Formats: sequence, C-alpha cells, structure tokens
Amino acid sequence: MSGLLDINFFALSGQLLVGLINGSFYALLSLGLAIIFGLLRIINFAQGALYMVGAFAALLGLKYLSLSYWQALIFVPIMVGIFGMLIQVFLIRPIANQDHLYSLLLTFGLALMLQGIFTHLFGSSGLSYPTPEALKGGTRLPFMYLPNYRAWIIAVSVVVCGLTWWAIEKTKLGAYLRAGTENPQLLQAFGVNVPLIITLTFGFGVALAGLAGVLAAPVYSVSPDMGSNILIVVFAIVVIGGMGSIGGAIITGLAMGVIEGLTKYFYPQASSTVIFVVMVIVLMIKPSGLFGKEA
Amino acid sequence: MNASHREKIRINNLHAFYGESHILHGIDLTLMQGELVTLLGRNGSGRSTTLKAIMNMVGKRSGQIVVNGSDTMPMQAHRIAHLGVGFCPEERGIFSSLSVEENLMLPPTVRSDGMSVEEIYQMFPNLLERRNSQGTRLSGGEQQMLALARILRSGANILLLDEITEGLAPVIVQKLAEVLVQLKQRGLTILLVEQNFRFAAPIADRHYVMEHGHIVEEIAASELQQKTELLNSYLGV
Repeated sequence: MSGLLDINFFALSGQLLVGLINGSFYALLSLGLAIIFGLLRIINFAQGALYMVGAFAALLGLKYLSLSYWQALIFVPIMVGIFGMLIQVFLIRPIANQDHLYSLLLTFGLALMLQGIFTHLFGSSGLSYPTPEALKGGTRLPFMYLPNYRAWIIAVSVVVCGLTWWAIEKTKLGAYLRAGTENPQLLQAFGVNVPLIITLTFGFGVALAGLAGVLAAPVYSVSPDMGSNILIVVFAIVVIGGMGSIGGAIITGLAMGVIEGLTKYFYPQASSTVIFVVMVIVLMIKPSGLFGKEA
Repeated sequence: MNASHREKIRINNLHAFYGESHILHGIDLTLMQGELVTLLGRNGSGRSTTLKAIMNMVGKRSGQIVVNGSDTMPMQAHRIAHLGVGFCPEERGIFSSLSVEENLMLPPTVRSDGMSVEEIYQMFPNLLERRNSQGTRLSGGEQQMLALARILRSGANILLLDEITEGLAPVIVQKLAEVLVQLKQRGLTILLVEQNFRFAAPIADRHYVMEHGHIVEEIAASELQQKTELLNSYLGV
C-alpha cells in the first residue's frame, strides 16, 4: 500500500499527458492506415513519410509563403491529400490487380525516397516550428500544469477522429466505404464509381497524416526521420486494434499512448517496448486484434 | 424502331474468360421488355457467368452486349447499372457492416420510377420490422428478399437474378414466385438463373438451356409439354 501512496501525482499526470499527446498522433495515423487498408487492402508504408511531409510543408509554408499555423492546418492536409491521390492514381492503381505485396513495397520505396529527399535538402538534425501565439502558455490545474498547445492537440485529434468515425458509420458515403470494404465488385455492379471512392479514400487517409504532421510541428522536432520513427509504433497499434477496424484504430491509438505514458512513470526502461509487448500478447490471444472481426 | 425499343438485352456471340479458362463460348440471347426468361442448366454450365458478363464482372469478354440500346462492352462496370440493370448475385451479397435499411438504400437510384421505400416494406413486411438489424442477421429468406428489394428500390427495370430460391423453405419460394409475377405485371424484364425448374416453369415466358458455356436449346413456355424429356436429359433430372 505504501508504494501507491508514494506516487507523485504531478509527475504521473505529466507522463499521462505526454502519453495522451502521443496517443493523439497514434490515433490520427492509425485511423488513416485503417481506412486505407480497409478499402484498398494495402498497407501504406508511406503514411509516416507523408506525416513528415505535412510537418515540413507547415514549416516551409511559414518560412517562404508566410503561411500561418491556422492556414497550414487547412491547406497542408489538402495538399498532402492531393499528393496522395496522385500517388494512388498513377502508381498504386496500375498495380492494384497484382499481389498486394507489390503495393506494399511501392509505398515502402516511396517512404524511403521522401525521407531521402528531405534529408538531402534539410539535413537530419531537425528544425523547430514556433508554437502559434494564440496557443502559447498554459493552464494550472490542481494536479498539473497543462500547456495550451498540448490540450489543443488532444482536442483536435479527438474531434477529427470522432467526425471521421461518424462519417464512416452514419452517412451514405460511409456506407459506400463500408460496402466497398466488404465487396467492391458488387458495389460497382450497383452503379457506384468504386475507383473514384478508392482514390478519395486514399486521399483522405493520407490527409489525416498531413494533419498530424502540422499538429506535430510545434511539439516535436521537424526532421526527415520523424515519420519512420512513429510509423513502426503505429503499425503495432493497427495490429493491436485489428486491421481495418476504424473505431479500433482510434481507441487503441489513444489507449496505447496512455499505456506508454504510464510505463514511463512506473518503469521507464520498458516505455519504448511496452506497445510491442501488448501487440505480442494480443496476437497470441486474439490474432485478429482487439476490435477486428475473426476471419 | 418499336421492336428495337422493346428489346432490353441483346447478346451476340459472347465469349467470357476467368483468367485462362474460357467459360462462355459464343452466347446469343435476347430479352424483350416485360419478359421473364430463365437460364437453365447444370452447375458450371455458364449461367451465372452470363449474368456477371452482362455486369462486366468477369475477366475478359468479347462479342456484343446491348442493354436498352447501348453497347455496354466499352463501359466501366459502374455505368451498366445506370442503364436500369439490377443484379442479385447468387450469394445474395448482403453487406454485414450495413444495417438492413442501409443495405436497402445502398444502390444509387438508376431510374426515377423505382419502387418507393413504403411499397418495398409493403411487399416485404419483415424488412420493415428488422430494418435496424445487421444485414447478415436476417434469415436466408429475408436476406434474399432484401437482395431483391434493394435493386427494386434503385428503379432498375431489368433484373438479373441468380439462383434466388437456393436453399430456401418452400413457403418462401412461393412468396418469391408471387413477387416475380407482380414485377412482371409491372412490366419489368427478368433474366432468371434457376436450378429449381418447378419454381421457374409456371412463371417464365421462355427458357434457354445452357451446357458447357453454350446455349443448346431455347424453349418457349408453350413448348414445355412436348420438350419435357429433352429438357430432363439436359438437366439430368
């Protein structure tokens, strides 16, 4: 019992907050991956690189075009989304009928190329992006100090994930997406332009990565390898949540951030591996993931 | 001019392939408006493939398929439904991630004079009762009705129905026969792939018999009596 009383709530809530912020990014990125995997059946290895591109686009936009943070929040996801749709139409679609391994390798190659190009142009040391004026400072809560920008990240992530979930589960377009995930050929026979839906879905999925990149720019160092670092964790989260499960990706993303944060407090040495330990346990008990449907 | 207007589907010398396997070997058939025509034959004779070829759901095709006066061979698969074609696949194709009502509302409206949701629920009261259930929680018979109902709601007036009585209880088969007769009275054109000859015989105008990817016989309803033996030899009953 005395062990529990020793808990330093200030430090613990600090780690929980860090965990929630990481979880917000995990949720946005794994949601994008899950949507894309559901309809296209491909694992988009470029998701992390496009997150990095989103962060750089915000940084470069600020430097060269005086694009404010708020403008970047709107325009960068759109730009990354369009970039993604071009990738889908010109690179992924032509090999869509081949084994899915080909598209996986293609997106993996794209990720390496993007990372290489940005390393060549900007070096690998990392650049910083200023916190927007309106979100500077913080709020003192009874048990912790809450920086405003960090609260903002969590709020944006929860709202965007919630809206996406709602759009997929409750709207007509979402019904097309769900039906297309199950049986694209039949959906097409009903007169729905499935190739268009696939392109838009891919665009939306990577736009989420672009949005995460803009959100991340003021808190993480903007560097070419920021995407590859986070992507491995995000893949583990998608596996834990269940491939293609929308709600699973969101909830698992946030939850794994929190678990990581808790581990940082209780046993910091394990914090970078705890998610993979969870993944192994889940795979052993329920191979389809916590929220996945049994095959 | 009038004759060609009433011609809903015309297929000339249709060949179809799945990968390397050549499934259809030069099919010719026509459907006039308001007709109910069956494709009879054993399993694997190419009946389902004929329907899928019309929907552009098979690998490679050659020949000519004219639907409502338009050549559909160069069309993308999703354009064909918009000519007024509704397809009901053999496995019924009810989406498990959609509710009954979402399944019903899923196909885009392809013609403005389709059945209203009220009419659909009048025809299939079970669907109204269970409209919030998950699509695949329905019984087999209810799923079949849903598969039929959703293409009727879209306004399709050329129906391609694949084995709709398969595995269903006699009372439901009877209900489906009544529905098809009603649809025929409304002037809909129906191409029916059917194993259950006793279901098809009293309601169909004509029968095509298929074997090994060919149409080997065309039998009008009036000739059925005298050709029963021939038919039985093809169907192996």
